Amino acid sequence: MTDTLTPVLTDNWDADRAWTLASYEERGGYAALDKAFAMTPDAVIDTVKDSGLRGRGGAGFPTGMKWGFIPQDNPRPKYLVVNADESEPGTCKDIPLMMASPHTLVEGVIVSSYAIRANTAFIYVRGEVLHVIRRLQRAVQEAYLAGHLGKNIHGSGYDLDLIVHAGAGAYICGEETALLEGLEGRRGQPRLRPPFPAVAGLYASPTVINNVESIASVPSIITNGAAWFAGMGTEKSNGFGIFSLSGHVTNPGQYEAPLGITLRELIDLAGGMREGHELKFWTPGGSSTPLLTPEHLDVPLDFESVGAAGSMLGTRALQLFDETTCVVRAVLRWTEFYKHESCGKCTPCREGTWWLTQTMARLEKGQGDEGDLDLLLDQCDNILGRSFCALGDGATSPISSSIQHFRDEYLAHLTHGGCPFDPAASTAFAPVGAPA
Amino acid sequence: MSHQPNGADGLERAGLGEKTWAEMREIADRYPEKRSGLLPMLHLVQSVEGRITPEGIEACAEILGISAAEVNGVATFYTMYKRKPVGDYHVGVCTNTLCAVMGGDLIFERLKDHLDVGNDETTEDGKITLEHVECNAACDYAPVMMVNWEFMDNQTPESAVQVVDDLRAGREVHSTRGPRLCTWREAERVLAGFPDDRADEGPAAGPASLAGLAVAREKGWTAGADRSATESSGAKGESK
Ligand SMILES: Cc1cc2nc3c(=O)[nH]c(=O)nc-3n(C[C@H](O)[C@H](O)[C@H](O)COP(=O)(O)O)c2cc1C
Ligand code: SF4
Ligand code: FES
Repeated sequence: MTDTLTPVLTDNWDADRAWTLASYEERGGYAALDKAFAMTPDAVIDTVKDSGLRGRGGAGFPTGMKWGFIPQDNPRPKYLVVNADESEPGTCKDIPLMMASPHTLVEGVIVSSYAIRANTAFIYVRGEVLHVIRRLQRAVQEAYLAGHLGKNIHGSGYDLDLIVHAGAGAYICGEETALLEGLEGRRGQPRLRPPFPAVAGLYASPTVINNVESIASVPSIITNGAAWFAGMGTEKSNGFGIFSLSGHVTNPGQYEAPLGITLRELIDLAGGMREGHELKFWTPGGSSTPLLTPEHLDVPLDFESVGAAGSMLGTRALQLFDETTCVVRAVLRWTEFYKHESCGKCTPCREGTWWLTQTMARLEKGQGDEGDLDLLLDQCDNILGRSFCALGDGATSPISSSIQHFRDEYLAHLTHGGCPFDPAASTAFAPVGAPA
Repeated sequence: MSHQPNGADGLERAGLGEKTWAEMREIADRYPEKRSGLLPMLHLVQSVEGRITPEGIEACAEILGISAAEVNGVATFYTMYKRKPVGDYHVGVCTNTLCAVMGGDLIFERLKDHLDVGNDETTEDGKITLEHVECNAACDYAPVMMVNWEFMDNQTPESAVQVVDDLRAGREVHSTRGPRLCTWREAERVLAGFPDDRADEGPAAGPASLAGLAVAREKGWTAGADRSATESSGAKGESK
């Protein structure tokens, strides 16, 4: 049996000055480089394919397969771009990873770039995390000085430059083609696909875009072998991932476990829900993944099982809300977020998120009538599947799932003439055991 | 070079100063294609000017060989770029759902009241600009406040008031998971890719980041392989 928690990426976060090269190398850091350089790039890709690693940025696309799509006969330069935009509400794993151990990511970037034959790589990090950016800048500088980056790395003949690029505030730049626009110095609006980035990405050249956690997992796979990684997790969702617990739980935080662990197990490890309260609703993978309820506590948190339960594994951003929380208020706030972050490129999302906000706000105030719930679902229908990118789809998730599970609570706002909840009771600083 | 009667040199003398122009060119030269430098260049403009200014936009346009309208279009797209002057300390209260529910809404209300400003406004002494911000990837520390994009974790209305009072009084304030706070302009310079000397300050991780690791340590749980021991114990058995 695999252990319940399997710290790999988080394993050195408690080390003294974990962010420094000295600390990282002391624990065997950068050893994956020589092992990878002794393999052909294709063999590295095959190892990642065999491991079963699937993208940790939300969609779960097989990482090795993505790398295999890079047309090596294309004469243009190849690029690796790390998606460190981490802005999906609830998602909070990549930022602590880069703060505590930026070298894990840098090592992953080197091995991954070698595999796809890129000589230039970028880390596109959201701008609103100053200290994380400092740590990345320092790690890259240290890696250059130590000969892990630059020309002829470790005498292998392989060259790589790595550029840390700070964004400037835009959730949509987490969408991979909008990210490329941002990286090219433009407004972050998604691109039409095809062509896919693997064929024509950054500067119209073959480009791989991967999440921080995906790339950071690569050195451990090279070091310990594909079978080791594939030995963890479930049949189609291999390996480990960082599960981020937030909200009304006793010990919120990062829990690294094999895919397939359940929320019941995780809450247990986190000391239970906060004292005197019980779980009411939760997101499995950020606000764009449909809400689940206590009924789903035993769903294995892997791509297939969460999908079968009507939601998505997403980024394993488990936001937990107890019975003091008004689901309508929660959903309204997310809806306002999507409206604010809609890039405006396509009508269903630009106009639709505006209408959703209007309708939600009216209901939250206890105005409108029951027909507004159907109106909301109708509006969702007009956005879902008709938007240019997944932001629009995501905006509908909290609304349709909350109406599905909590229709009565919407109606209670109408009969009550407003929100029946006391917002003070849901705060972290509410007196223990305060009634809802 | 430096005495052309018009063009870049004329702008240089009129606006940002030669050092900034040189640094902006340096940013553009980091990239395979210069235009990729635009976002960091705009961060640099803010570090020098305290906001996005017409001179800053002209300079970006001139260096990148694009129109000022194009630069403007980019500058208005991203929320970190500000048209109005920002105070020494940008205080961002997360009011996305998780933080809002955990107390972010009350913190934001309290600060508006205490500082007597609205959203995206600056106190009269020019010290504090208050804004509500979206999820900042620190939900396990909710409710979260950012000061110049440094984490101030697990806030209460009282602690938030204390932070802004200390900042206004000129007292040294530390991020709960990072270094001494610098000014907003100094922060913008780091974002432009000119590091300061604070990377080694603060801890590697806050308590929530280590929550799972602490449980694993206590129980003796591992992933069955050591990073330093190649192919050591291999897979811990089949969980499939
Ligand atoms: C609106 C939106 C926001 C996204 N934000 C992120 C993000 O912050 N980080 C991330 O890695 N992927 C994000 N994604 C997913 C990326 O488009 C892409 O699938 C991912 O970076 C691929 O990496 P992976 O295969 O390693 O997961 C976002 C997608 C959408 C539609
Ligand atoms: S769905 Fe929204 S974010 Fe995506 S392209 Fe359309 S308007 Fe932009
Ligand atoms: S919701 Fe506030 S940091 Fe995520």
